[in-house]
Amino acid sequence: MAQSNDDGEIQRVDRLLDSTLENVDLAEADVMRLAEIAGFDEEDLHRIGIAVRESMVNAVVHGNHYSTKKKVHFSVSLSVVHEAAAAPRDCLAVIIEDEGDGFQKKEVPDPLAEENLLRHSGRGLLLIEAFMDHFSIEPRTPQGTKVTLVKYKTRS
Amino acid sequence: MSVKLTTRQNGDVTVIDAAGRITLGEGASAFREAIRDLAAKGNAKVLLNLSEITYIDSSGIGELVSGFTTVRNQGGVLKLVGLTKRVQDLLQITKLYTVFDVYDDEPTAIKSFA
Repeated sequence: MAQSNDDGEIQRVDRLLDSTLENVDLAEADVMRLAEIAGFDEEDLHRIGIAVRESMVNAVVHGNHYSTKKKVHFSVSLSVVHEAAAAPRDCLAVIIEDEGDGFQKKEVPDPLAEENLLRHSGRGLLLIEAFMDHFSIEPRTPQGTKVTLVKYKTRS
Repeated sequence: MSVKLTTRQNGDVTVIDAAGRITLGEGASAFREAIRDLAAKGNAKVLLNLSEITYIDSSGIGELVSGFTTVRNQGGVLKLVGLTKRVQDLLQITKLYTVFDVYDDEPTAIKSFA
């Protein structure tokens, strides 16, 4: 499941997961393992863990609705990014895809609006955006939602 | 480890010592039931000690908010004490610092209920 190649990619894990909360833990553990290899500090590890957890929960609970017929497509990779006039950076990239009915970010009420502060839910995306360097949501083909999370670390 | 909740009295304030993780699933539901139980018994002054909480996700934050509103709807008050740096960050990001009464130490928190 873990691979290495010569394109700057140090490690990669791909999994096809059932829509269960146990697999939320599994995905989080995979990401934590690669993040530790990259040398992220304790605080960043915590932030990355929460962001991955929130994304996996969205896929399992809100995307696939725990369906035994729907899978979560999960991958995490650790690579080295070389950019002109900049120090090389480790790039931890996580892609999580569900097979749900699709999702638009604008469907989620702004959790920071005064009238929404006491809502029970709706803060997951806010935390992911706060804790990762890049976060995108796009439709998945043929159905579902694909989210991409990226965190960089300058090589010391 | 999921969340471990221990309830004790400090004067007329009910203190809940929470330890572990409050996340979607067992941790969040245990927390929800404990707060509802307290509110149903008429505990009007509730202090939630989060100093031993190691991890909390958005579901856990949702349970804190629900606990706050549940106690308030019964005519009571729920306050927080002993927030770790990580929980403080989460409350800052979510603007919930503007909702909860937060205290650094238990004696100060207890006095605030008077």
